[in-house]
Amino acid sequence: MAFLEAQNVSKGYGPAWNRSEVLRDINLTIEEGEFVAIIGYSGAGKTTLMSLLAGLITPDTGTVKLEGREIKEPGPDRGIVFQNYSLLPWLTVYENVALAVDHIFPQWTAEQRRKHAEKYIRMVNLEPAMQKVPSELSGGMRQRVSVARTLSLEPHILLLDEPLSALDALTRATLQDEISRIWQETRKTVVLITNDPDEALLLADRVIPLSAGPGATLLDSIAVPLERPRDRRALLECREFKRLRNEVVDRLLESKRKPTTAITRKLVLPDIQPEDISITTSRFVFGAKRKPKRPHEVQPVKVEVEV
Amino acid sequence: MSKLKLDSLLLPLVGIAFCVLLWWSIAGKSITKQTKDDWGDVVTVTKRVGLSADLPTPGETWKASRDYIVKPFAKRGELDQGILAFTWLSLKLVAQGYLIALLIGTPLGFCLGLSKTFTKVCDPIIQILRPVSPLAWLPLGMVLFLSAKINIPGVGIYTASELAALFTIAICSMWPTVMNTAVGVRAIPQDYLNVARVLKLSKTKTLFKVLVPATLPYMFTGFRLSLGIAWLVIVAAEMLTGKPGVGGFLWQQYNALSYAHIILCILTIGVVGYVLDRLMSVVEARFKTI
Repeated sequence: MAFLEAQNVSKGYGPAWNRSEVLRDINLTIEEGEFVAIIGYSGAGKTTLMSLLAGLITPDTGTVKLEGREIKEPGPDRGIVFQNYSLLPWLTVYENVALAVDHIFPQWTAEQRRKHAEKYIRMVNLEPAMQKVPSELSGGMRQRVSVARTLSLEPHILLLDEPLSALDALTRATLQDEISRIWQETRKTVVLITNDPDEALLLADRVIPLSAGPGATLLDSIAVPLERPRDRRALLECREFKRLRNEVVDRLLESKRKPTTAITRKLVLPDIQPEDISITTSRFVFGAKRKPKRPHEVQPVKVEVEV
Repeated sequence: MSKLKLDSLLLPLVGIAFCVLLWWSIAGKSITKQTKDDWGDVVTVTKRVGLSADLPTPGETWKASRDYIVKPFAKRGELDQGILAFTWLSLKLVAQGYLIALLIGTPLGFCLGLSKTFTKVCDPIIQILRPVSPLAWLPLGMVLFLSAKINIPGVGIYTASELAALFTIAICSMWPTVMNTAVGVRAIPQDYLNVARVLKLSKTKTLFKVLVPATLPYMFTGFRLSLGIAWLVIVAAEMLTGKPGVGGFLWQQYNALSYAHIILCILTIGVVGYVLDRLMSVVEARFKTI
């Protein structure tokens, strides 16, 4: 049985008569210890997909199962790292992590919990900034705190929702290497959502393109058989990497070219009888009865319409 | 830098000087004349002339108020005390009413912010009660506590008029706290709530670890506005109940035709209100979490 499994999942927003379907027929299986990257256009529904996996929202149809149990609500077994860090700004770095640790491991002693929190702060190289509040940190550092907090929950699966897309290119590269290092240390199951093909290929075992929305769905996955540890400079020279990169980009472009949905609603024009409502009398009196002309009385006017 | 400092000190003084000048120019001046009356006796007649003949000039106001200012804590009688003694009495009453307002207003604001149903139930009532003047609430308070006399050991005995004043202060100053807290709760970013959901924090823990800290800046803005209103209400409350305090003193001196003291009271109320507002904004800045 697969570790994480999504079957025929679809999700839409809006009322029934004006529904926009975001995700359609999502089928996904992820094995334990696998690093999977889901790549797609912005606005295609990547975050919606992640929220479904995290249990923050429930699917309209289909089921999402983690270790055979259906996901119905969010929980600490699925650690999610949000795009916008989601740190509590009134707590220090340590307190942000400690809030999670204290709540998830209440049976531990205070000493154990402190050590546990510090271990993960050290893992993301943030020991010197432990007593700082998020507003004193750079974007990259904040995201590291978020990663540390999520890892400290010891989740069964790590969900990374575009964790690096708000960062500058250099910081992003550093953090990519760090994620890669942490993954090799912990070998957790990871689902990474990204819009950067290089990032996906650098980090993941398998890349799954998400077709362009609306009604986005997952395309066939592309295995990444590149050796680990991967060196970003060596990869740029690597022919296999270039081929994979082209394949990912081609798949995405192709999904955008052919529309995946047809317009299902028929446009119904209002049926209105024409009536002459111009005021013809010179005596303009408010409330005076005007004689409406019936359709047969109105002279047909030729209207030219530019198409 | 020094120019800036000079400006921030000098320019307000210019404004104040201009106001005093304006006051002086419309105030009445005493003119003493010696005239012969019908019987041929020489009499001195003092007449006040000016745009507002009975308004005392700044100098007269100072002369009449000196005793109250230089001996601010003197107590010559229940209704004849130093100005700070009166201020202290008023502040005590305000503090109690304000505390009641916060204790009721904050939870009410949280409920409004958290529950749409509760908002729909309460919103019309709040919108109707909010604009009612303290002068209107006080008589109702009097009726409500007509025969009440509460003795809280260690605090004191509350008579009907005191309870009515507290009721008025509380119900008038509550609304900014209620509204701001509700807005603050509604403005909490979904991200913070998602954190609580992912961690599966309990309801109480979510409240105290996420909701309250996230709302704190809004709450303190509400607290500051509420304090301003509470201080505003005290004068009306004291006037109508005749309790000793700045407002009571003002009304009593008006009835005693001692107009200089009215100005003294107005200035005291203004200065105290300003100081309270400054203090609250310091506290507000201290609790700024976001």
